[in-house]
Amino acid sequence: MARAPRKPKEKPALLPPHFSDWFATRGWSPRAHQLALLAQAQAGHSALLIAPTGAGKTLAGFLPSLVELSDLRSRSNRPQDRGLHTLYISPLKALAVDVARNLEIPVAEMGLRVSVETRTGDTSASKRQRQRRTPPDILLTTPEQLALLLASADSYTLFATLRRVVFDELHSIVTSKRGDLLALDFARLRNLAPAMSAVGLSATVRDPDELRRWLVRQLSPDKTAMAHLVTAPPGAAADLSMLDTRERLPWAGHGAGHAIHEIYERIKAARMTLVFVNTRAQAEAIFAQLWRINDDNLAIALHHGSLDASQRRRVENAMVQGLLKAVVCTSTLDLGIDWGDVDLVINVGAPKGASRLTQRIGRANHRLDEPSRAILVPANRFEVLECRAAIDAASVGAQDTPPARSGALDVLCQHILGMACAAPFDPDDLYREIASAEPYRLLTRAEFDDAVEFVATGGYALKTYDRFAKIKRTKDGLWRIAHPKVAQSYRMNVGTIVESDMLKVRLVRGAASVAKKTGRSSGSSLLNYPAKLASGEQKPYTGRVSRGGRVLGEIEEYFLETLAPGDTFLFGGEILSLVGIVENEAHVARAQSDAPKVPSYAGGKFPLSTYLAERVRKLISSPRNWKNLPDQVAEWLALQQHASALPPADKLLIETFPRGNRYFLVCYPFEGRLAHQTLGMLLTRRMEHMGVKPLGFVANEYALAVWSLADIGARAKNGLISIDDLFSQDMLGDDLEEWLQESALMKRTFRNCAIVSGLIERRFQGKEKTGRQVTISTDLIYDVLRRHEPDHILLRAARQDAYTGLLDLARLADMLGRVRGRIVHKALDRISPLAVPVMLEIGREPVYGEAQDQILAEAADVLVAEASSRA
Amino acid sequence: MLDRTNRQYSAGLSGGLSVAGHDFTADASGALYLDSERLLVVADLHFEKGSAFAQRRVFLPPYDTAATLARLARLAMRYRPRVILALGDSFHDSRAGERMHAGDLAGLSALQQGRDWIWISGNHDPQTPSQVGGETAGEHRVGALTFRHEPRAGEAHGEIAGHLHPCARIVAPSGGVRRRCFITDGSRCVMPAFGAFTGGLNIRDAAFAPLFGARDVVVHALGRERVYAVQVGSCVGE
Repeated sequence: MARAPRKPKEKPALLPPHFSDWFATRGWSPRAHQLALLAQAQAGHSALLIAPTGAGKTLAGFLPSLVELSDLRSRSNRPQDRGLHTLYISPLKALAVDVARNLEIPVAEMGLRVSVETRTGDTSASKRQRQRRTPPDILLTTPEQLALLLASADSYTLFATLRRVVFDELHSIVTSKRGDLLALDFARLRNLAPAMSAVGLSATVRDPDELRRWLVRQLSPDKTAMAHLVTAPPGAAADLSMLDTRERLPWAGHGAGHAIHEIYERIKAARMTLVFVNTRAQAEAIFAQLWRINDDNLAIALHHGSLDASQRRRVENAMVQGLLKAVVCTSTLDLGIDWGDVDLVINVGAPKGASRLTQRIGRANHRLDEPSRAILVPANRFEVLECRAAIDAASVGAQDTPPARSGALDVLCQHILGMACAAPFDPDDLYREIASAEPYRLLTRAEFDDAVEFVATGGYALKTYDRFAKIKRTKDGLWRIAHPKVAQSYRMNVGTIVESDMLKVRLVRGAASVAKKTGRSSGSSLLNYPAKLASGEQKPYTGRVSRGGRVLGEIEEYFLETLAPGDTFLFGGEILSLVGIVENEAHVARAQSDAPKVPSYAGGKFPLSTYLAERVRKLISSPRNWKNLPDQVAEWLALQQHASALPPADKLLIETFPRGNRYFLVCYPFEGRLAHQTLGMLLTRRMEHMGVKPLGFVANEYALAVWSLADIGARAKNGLISIDDLFSQDMLGDDLEEWLQESALMKRTFRNCAIVSGLIERRFQGKEKTGRQVTISTDLIYDVLRRHEPDHILLRAARQDAYTGLLDLARLADMLGRVRGRIVHKALDRISPLAVPVMLEIGREPVYGEAQDQILAEAADVLVAEASSRA
Repeated sequence: MLDRTNRQYSAGLSGGLSVAGHDFTADASGALYLDSERLLVVADLHFEKGSAFAQRRVFLPPYDTAATLARLARLAMRYRPRVILALGDSFHDSRAGERMHAGDLAGLSALQQGRDWIWISGNHDPQTPSQVGGETAGEHRVGALTFRHEPRAGEAHGEIAGHLHPCARIVAPSGGVRRRCFITDGSRCVMPAFGAFTGGLNIRDAAFAPLFGARDVVVHALGRERVYAVQVGSCVGE
C-alpha cells in the first residue's frame, strides 16, 4: 500500500503506441498529470488527482484501466471469465451516464475490446441481474448502488477480480453522510479485492491530505496512511467581476430584482449563460422576472432539484445541443458534467464560499487555457461585501472546502445491517474493517458494539425485544440476519439522503382556459421553441407545460401545508393554484395572481464559509479596504462608522437601541444564518432568565437582532446585567441541553438519524411512506427516548449532526470562544446603518417550531374577535 | 425568526369546554376533567404499542407505556380525581397485558388505589387484559353525558368519544402547525389520543363529517402549556 510522503522511485509511465496514436489523431498529447497518474497505477499505488475543470480529469482516471484492459495477452475472450475490472463511483446518476458516453469515444476509436456499462436506479431489473452474472469490464455507478451490490452474497465473487476503483468529484462526496457510507463500502471492497488500487478525482481543495487519507486503508488511530498525490497545473485565472449596478442597491432581500435588466443584457451579449442562484425559491423568482422582460424571446430555461426529472433532462439536452441562451439553476448544475458551450457564469446572490465560487466559475468554458468569465451579482449590501471578499479570495486561489468529517453513527448502523445481509459477520473482523475507513478511524469498539446492538434489537437498556431481533448471534459467534425479510427491507431503505417529505405536484385542470385568460398560448410562445423541436413530441425546456394531468415536479410537504385550497404559488416558472391534496399528490391548476407565494424551500441554503466570513470582517473593519467597493456601500459603511462603530475584525460588535416601544440588541458575528439562529434561541432563553423579557429574534447570514420589553442597553450601562455574561460560552451547557429538548431543528435532525439508521423505514413493500402515512411520529420517539435513555446511540448520532448541521453548534462555539473578553458594546439612541438589513428581515422570516404556540394564539384570537363582535 | 407577544408572559388561560351543559376543563395533555363529578377522562392510551411494532422488527423505544403512565400520574396528582375513565383502545392489542412490564403494571395499580377506574372497551381492546384491575364497561353515563369509545353518527346529545385521534392543521398569519385536539359542537366531543406513540387523523377527514355539522364546531388544540380554542375555519386539510 502507498505511504506518502516518501516519494517512491517511479518508472516512467508506459503508454502503449495505439494510445499515443489516438492522442495524436485527436491533435492532443497526453498531459503530464495523466501520465503521472498512469505511472502511479502501474506501480500499484492509490492516488489522488487534483485538477481544475477542463484538465482531462476523467480521462486521466480511466487511462490506467484502459491501458491494462487493452493488453489482450492477459485477457480471456469470454466476458464471463474476465470479471469486473474497474468500478467508477459518481455522486450523480447523470454524471455516471455522461462519463460512460464520453468513455465510449476512446474505446470505439481505438477499437478496444472493453465493455462499459452504467448501473443506476434507472437500470432495468433484468440488466442488473445480468450485470451480476456477467459484469462489464468497467461499471459506472453511484454510492447507493454500490451499497446494494455489497449487501448481497455474490459480492464476494463479483468484486474478487476488481483491480481499480475511481471516485469522481471526491471532494464533494466526502463532506456528507453519503461519503461516510461510501468510505465503509470502500473498506469492504478493499477486503474483497486485495489487488485493487484507488483513484480519487477532485477539484482543488483546502487540504488534499484529508482526501489522500480517505483513499487508503487506515491501520491505527494515531498513524495515518496516505495515497500519492498528483496535481495538475491550475487553469487560466478566471475573469471575475462584480456587477457594477447603475441601480440603487437594496438593503435586504435575495431577489436581485434591481439588477434584472442588467442581468438580461449580459445574457443577451453572451453565447450561453449559466445563472447560478443559491435556492430554488430564488431560481423561481429570477426566472419569472427574466421572462417578464424577455422582449427578445431569448431561450431561457430553469433547472432545479424540485422539477420533474424528465423536464430537467430536456433542459440538459437542449444545453448540450446549444439550443439555449441561458439556464437559471441552483447547485444541481454545480458538478462536473459538461453541459455544452457555456461562456458566461452569472452568480446571483452571495457566493457563500471561495471554493464553491471557483467551481461554479469553472462551469464557464471547459477549455483550460482560456479564462472562465463570471459576473457576481450581489442582491443586497451585505452581499456586496461577501462578493468582494470572494473575488479577492479567488484571485489568490484560496480554498475553503469544509473540513473532513468523522463518520456518522446512523450510517454505521445502516452499513452493519447491510454487511449482515451479505454474509454472517464476525464482529472482530467487521470492526477492524470499519476502523480502516478514514472517517471511522477513531471509532471505539464500544461504539461499534452499541451500533450492532442497535441493529439487532434497537439497542435499549431495557432488553425486551430479543425474540424479535433483526440479526442474531450464532453459536460460533457470527451475527446473521434472522429472516430474509430483513434483507429485503434493508434493500428498500438503503441510502443516506433523507429528503423532506415531498409531494408530487400534478396539473389537473385549467390549462387551456386559464392560458386564454392570461393571453398566453400555454407555453411555446413564451419560450420561443426552435421550430423543429416545437413541432415534435419532445419540447426541450422545463418552461411552461401544456398537457393536463402531468407531474410538474415535487415540493416540500411543509410548504404545501401552509396553503389552503385556492392559494397561489410560483413553481416551475408559472403561477399555480392549489386545488387540493390527494394522497401524496398536490393537485394544482394554472392561475393568475399578483402575489403568488414563493415556496421557501429548505434546500440549497449553504452557510457562509468561515474563511469568507473572516475576509468580510477584515474588509469592513478598516476604511482602507473599501476602495474596491461600490460608492453606495462605502458611504453606508462610513455612516456606520460615524453613527456607531465598524465591527472590528477580531471582536464582536453589539449595539443596543430603542425602537418603537421595544428595545433591540443587534450583534454582528458573520457566522451564517444557522449559527445565528441557534445563538438567537440561546440568547432569548438567557435574557428571559435575566428578566429582560425578550420577545423575538431574527437572523441573517451576518447579524442577529433580538428585541425585548426591558431596556437591555440601560441595564448593561447601570451594571445590572453584563453583556459579557450574556454572550459567555457556558450558554452551550445547560441552556443548550434544555433547549435541545424541544427544538424543532433538533427533532428534524433526529428524524433523519432515525431513518438513516433504519429505526424507521422509509419504504416498505414497494411503497414510499409520506409524513401522513407514518403512524409513529419521530417527535414522539425523540421525547420518549430523551426522557428514558438520554445516552441512546441515536441521540448521540443526532447530537453529532447538530454540531455541524442545522444548528451549526461547532461554529457557534468557536465564535463564542473567539470573542470572549472582546465584546464592544455600543449603546445607541437609534438604529444604526449596519443594523438596517437585519431589521428588515423582521416579519419576513418563517417562524420556528419553538414559536408554534404563537400560531395557535393567533388562530385563537380570530375566535375571540368573532365572539366579541357577536356580543 | 421567533416572535412572541406580551401575552405569553401573562398567565395561561384555562381551557373551558362545555358539552351538553357540563363544563369540563380541557387539559393540554389531552385529558378532560369534570370537576362536578371529580371525573378524569383520557382516550386511546394504546399501552404497548411500542412492543407491538417490535414484533414487526421496528424497534421503537420500549418506554411508551411507562411514559403514558407517567403523564397520567401527573394528571392524577393535579386534579385528584375520584374516577378515572379510559375511553377505549387503552391497550394496543389483546396480548398487550402479557407484554407489559411488572413495573408498569405496579405503576398502574398504584394509580388505581383509592379511586374508581373504568375501562371502556374499544376496537383494539374488546376485553380488558386480566393483568390489570378496574372495571370494564361498553359505555358509561353521567347525567346527560354518554362516554363511549367510538362516536356514533347522527344525533348524539352529550356523547364523549375517542377512537378517531383528532388532530388539526392550523394556519395563521405567521405559519402553520399540526396539533392534537378536541373537537366539539357543544353537543358532542371527540377527544385526542393520550398514548405516547399515537398518531392523529386530520379533523378535515371524511370520518368526522357525519359527526359534526357546519354549526358552531370549535377545535381545542393542544398547546405546550394550555389549550387553544380555534375556529374550525382556521384548520385546513392535508
